[in-house]
Amino acid sequence: MTRFLLVLGALLLALPSRAQLTFDITTSGGRQIPVAVMPYAGESTQPQSVSEIVSADLARTGLFRLVNTVGVSPLPTEPSEVNFTDWTARTAEALVIGKIESLSEGRVEVRFRLFDVAKQAQLASYSYVVAPAQLRATGHRIADLIYEKLTGDKGVFSTKITYVVKRGARYELQVADADGFNAQTVLASNEPIMSPSWSPDGSRLAYVSFDQKKPIVVVQNLAQGTTRIVANYRGNNSAPAWSPDGQQLLVALTKDGLTQIYRIPAGGGEAQRLTESSGIDTQPAYSPDGQWIAFTSDRGGSPQVYRMPAAGGPAERLTFEGTYNVGPRYSPDGKSIAYVSREGGRFRIALMDLATKQWQALTEGGLDDSPTFAPNGKMILYEASVGGRGNLAAVSWDGRVRQRLTSTAGDVQDPSWGPMPTN
Amino acid sequence: MRNVALYLAIAVVAAGCASKETRTDAPVTDRSTGVAPSTGTTAPSTGSAARPVQPANVSGNPLRDPGNILSKRSVFFDYDSNAVKDDYKGLVQAHSRYMGDKRDSKIRIEGNADERGSREYNLALGQRRAESVKKMMTVLGVTDGRIETTSYGEEKPMAQGHDESAWSQNRRADIKYAGE
Repeated sequence: MTRFLLVLGALLLALPSRAQLTFDITTSGGRQIPVAVMPYAGESTQPQSVSEIVSADLARTGLFRLVNTVGVSPLPTEPSEVNFTDWTARTAEALVIGKIESLSEGRVEVRFRLFDVAKQAQLASYSYVVAPAQLRATGHRIADLIYEKLTGDKGVFSTKITYVVKRGARYELQVADADGFNAQTVLASNEPIMSPSWSPDGSRLAYVSFDQKKPIVVVQNLAQGTTRIVANYRGNNSAPAWSPDGQQLLVALTKDGLTQIYRIPAGGGEAQRLTESSGIDTQPAYSPDGQWIAFTSDRGGSPQVYRMPAAGGPAERLTFEGTYNVGPRYSPDGKSIAYVSREGGRFRIALMDLATKQWQALTEGGLDDSPTFAPNGKMILYEASVGGRGNLAAVSWDGRVRQRLTSTAGDVQDPSWGPMPTN
Repeated sequence: MRNVALYLAIAVVAAGCASKETRTDAPVTDRSTGVAPSTGTTAPSTGSAARPVQPANVSGNPLRDPGNILSKRSVFFDYDSNAVKDDYKGLVQAHSRYMGDKRDSKIRIEGNADERGSREYNLALGQRRAESVKKMMTVLGVTDGRIETTSYGEEKPMAQGHDESAWSQNRRADIKYAGE
């Protein structure tokens, strides 16, 4: 098993806008595609180095090995300028070249080309006309295209993540780009914030606020900054989870005594009770097709993962090994569930195949919690506590690629990965 | 001078609660009928005909008297458990008796869990602990409507450490009286 350690901190600090989250990547086993990303001609005079954003995005997945591009001069910008034999000698299988030109009225044109080195063939060629402020976003779109051409899967470089930063007694709910840049605080409070959850269209966040000295569920419209309390019943209101059509929220309420699962309209309204057990039922999650609800229940004596038909019907237990399996989250294709599993006192992230009910631990664990899938299903972001310090981490669906995300902002916890952008 | 001694005692107890030392859980003499105020209180005199005002200070309020079990508000629990242990039954009984005497008193029981495991499940565990204490009190005669329960899960630890010594302090339910 080979280990390949790549530290991106230095690379990220070289760029004008500092990330709050920095990534360490380790990979074990699995093939990496060697790709050469040439600096784009003309980009040194622009506020962002688009080729560096593309390189960092690809490297962060652990699926690519960045090939050395030093010493290639002049920078090729047209297919006729590419020396494929040279690239083969440099062991590259894919090559990215590009060009950035300033246009009139402050706009910028970004052009890139992707080549298959062995076949000496162009795989993609695109150009974008954008404002300079959109150069980061353009770099992410280019990385998404390259990723899809080379792996067959959709890229998630243009997605957002949300998480809670805790600094002393101060809590901030932040939304950032998937690479940790452009973190925006959408809510700040002196009381805890928990369980943020993205609406399927990415326009709203549901979360748990303790501003009223008890947990209540709030939905916030991100563009408008407006909030609405959707659940403030007697007792606790928590664990919001959206229906795939964005119309309903599942929540855990204690208004009838025990913690049970209810469904309420996302804009607020009457709560319909969905579980009737004598234990704790919480952490509901809709399957992507809307047919099932997975949840945590200790009705059998210990907390385990169950699922029940969303339209009503008896619940079926899914986890049978160990005494603590909680917090299920469906993969985007609906075929797997990630959850938190305790063994030997350590809490780690596990993944179960729903067809076979086979499961495996994806992390070594400690105090792992809150798994959340990337919308392409390839990575699982989660909360990892190391030495009492809350950090985020991520692991690929097959366990081969691991990321550790560190922040100087404070303890980072409770992540949720946003949906694919709709544009 | 007795008041100075009492204020010092409060300061010592408060400092003890803020530190990571082991909690005091030895049962204290039950004096739920309250401590009789001494005539030398610091109550401001409002005139010879008026009764002296009793501020909610140590000398008049059994809930704040460190010599009274009622000043103890935390029930601590074992891991994965919401059973009220024998060590704390006296405390719960004392508060139930107090609420039986003071018919207008209302409380909020806040449940907590240690940091291990999932946040949302810990929120539910904390609630179950609060409910356990409430149930014991209603069985002892306190009306359901006078007791509110909520949970902070693992979000408001009393002890910030990451070992059993800290965790054991965080697995608890706190009793808080309305108006405090």
